[in-house]
Amino acid sequence: MAEDCILETSGLVKEFRGFVAVNDVNLKVRRGHIHALIGPNGAGKTTCFNLLTKFLEPTRGQIRFNGIDITREAPQKIARRGIVRSFQISAVFPHLTVLENVRIALQRKLGTSFHFWKSDRGLNQLNDRAMELLTAVDLAGYADMVTVEMPYGRKRALEIATTLALDPELMLLDEPTQGMGHEDVHRVMELIKQVSANRTILMVEHNMKVVAGISDTLTVLARGSVLAEGPYAEVAANPLVIEAYMGTEASGLASIPANDDRPPGPLPGEGDDHGSLRSNSGGAG
Amino acid sequence: MSRRVTIAYLLGLALLLAAPMFIYPILVMKVLCFALFACAFNLLLGYTGLLSFGHAVFLGGAAYVTGHALKVWELPTLVGLLAGTVAAAALGWVIGSLAIRRQGIYFAMVTLALAQMVYFLFLQAPFTGGEDGLQGVPRGTLFGLDLSVDINLYYLVLAIFAGSFWLIQRTIHSPFGQILKAIRENEPRAISLGYDVAKYKLLAFVLSAGLAGLAGATKTVVFKFATLTDAHWHTSGEVVLMTLLGGMGTVFGPVVGATVIVTLQNELADKVGSLVTVIMGAIFVICVLAFRRGIVGESLALYRRMIGQKAG
Ligand SMILES: Nc1ncnc2c1ncn2[C@@H]1O[C@H](COP(=O)(O)OP(=O)(O)O)[C@@H](O)[C@H]1O
Ligand SMILES: [Mg+2]
Repeated sequence: MAEDCILETSGLVKEFRGFVAVNDVNLKVRRGHIHALIGPNGAGKTTCFNLLTKFLEPTRGQIRFNGIDITREAPQKIARRGIVRSFQISAVFPHLTVLENVRIALQRKLGTSFHFWKSDRGLNQLNDRAMELLTAVDLAGYADMVTVEMPYGRKRALEIATTLALDPELMLLDEPTQGMGHEDVHRVMELIKQVSANRTILMVEHNMKVVAGISDTLTVLARGSVLAEGPYAEVAANPLVIEAYMGTEASGLASIPANDDRPPGPLPGEGDDHGSLRSNSGGAG
Repeated sequence: MSRRVTIAYLLGLALLLAAPMFIYPILVMKVLCFALFACAFNLLLGYTGLLSFGHAVFLGGAAYVTGHALKVWELPTLVGLLAGTVAAAALGWVIGSLAIRRQGIYFAMVTLALAQMVYFLFLQAPFTGGEDGLQGVPRGTLFGLDLSVDINLYYLVLAIFAGSFWLIQRTIHSPFGQILKAIRENEPRAISLGYDVAKYKLLAFVLSAGLAGLAGATKTVVFKFATLTDAHWHTSGEVVLMTLLGGMGTVFGPVVGATVIVTLQNELADKVGSLVTVIMGAIFVICVLAFRRGIVGESLALYRRMIGQKAG
């Protein structure tokens, strides 16, 4: 089982009018892992997600999910197979209530989604399950609020609850902690760890503390290509990675500051030891 | 329907039942036809977020089919109405299938282009009577009632309107309507949750086209003719105006918008002549610039502000 691959890409390429955003990416995501995808801004992480979920058509290459070739499938089909993604820009239904947001995800299984002649009161049978999911992300108290009125961090949490509602085999999270305050980051990190119990997670994450804290495997992407892959400690010591991030060989990934509210972007090179592997084992301090 | 909407609906229905005692029934019937047309359009624009700029072709297409069925085939009135509705829904399926592949303004352009093509067909085809239209369509009878008596027909038209309005409300507040709202709010997210959004949009389009068709079919029976005007792009523009003026995405907005526009046109037609077009244009500009939520939308907002002030 150790070698069991849930998702595998071979020679994945995406070109935008000659510009190569994703270049020959061979990704192997192991079942049950939390797999982090990192890299400087513009490295092609979001494009990769768009290819994997078929929101974009690959120029070349192949994607296999559980051994099945899904390269030519439609995005909604991919979702129904069990690959559910979140988006970098918070993806909620802003003018529906928080409860309705989660219910939309649960609703498809009822098989009544085309029934325009039926009352939507029939959807109330999903409320209990929706409340369970909201409780899991600490949003039970917001259930009846119109989503647009919630603070940003809460919207991201709602997004995770909505994604979880489909009970996906593989969950793709694009910068789940982006723009969050210290407390929220810690909570979302714990949440991801908790929900990873019986599923696989592939996530783009800029916060090194989160990456070091919960990921089993790490893939570093730079200018569309895979630079390094492996466990955090191994990757952090890789000179290629150090160079890509720092532009210098003097300091390592281990010396990247891991401030929770650090804006996304090429990682800065201050020699603060705060975010090192060693000092990171304790989670949010 | 929510309690407030149900109360308003029943009140409106009571008013409409009594209306022919005070107002010329033909005018009310005309208002009801256009109100249904605008409600059908609002289902698409207000609740699905799709701007069709060719909806007149469903109104006009159904008008011709019903006219032909009643006049040439001499079918019963109800069957004629049904034929027009089904034909419009089928045409909606064809135009919708082609248009939903595009987004936003391109969607609107495709609907306009296809509607223009069908309009040209109506202009050339022999069964429409070309420039003259189909004249002298018989109203027929219903369960022995002579529909050529205005007041008899009035209650049939009111029943059609009330039933369709109810169906539209039900659609909005159905499991299907919930997905339509999700698509309007965030289409990529709806896709990522496994919904085949194209199918939902297409069904919404077909429903909207069918109901717009029912409005056109009814109009033919009321006026005893079907002409090119119904299918013209001016009419497609008018329904946008009615919906925006009344309040898009509100339950009663399209009804209010249609009432205002039809009444104005009726009042002004013999007084200012072709200036009517200019006045409609001015109303449109004022509506877009000054009160974007439309009459009903702005009234609701004002009401909520007043409630809020009392509470605060
Ligand atoms: N739809 C698109 N059209 C053209 N270029 C794009 C498109 N999407 C992304 N890119 C380009 O591809 C590169 C990778 O972008 P992205 O995947 O968003 O990076 P990341 O998520 O790693 O920050 C960027 O240079 C971006 O400008
Ligand atoms: Mg990105």
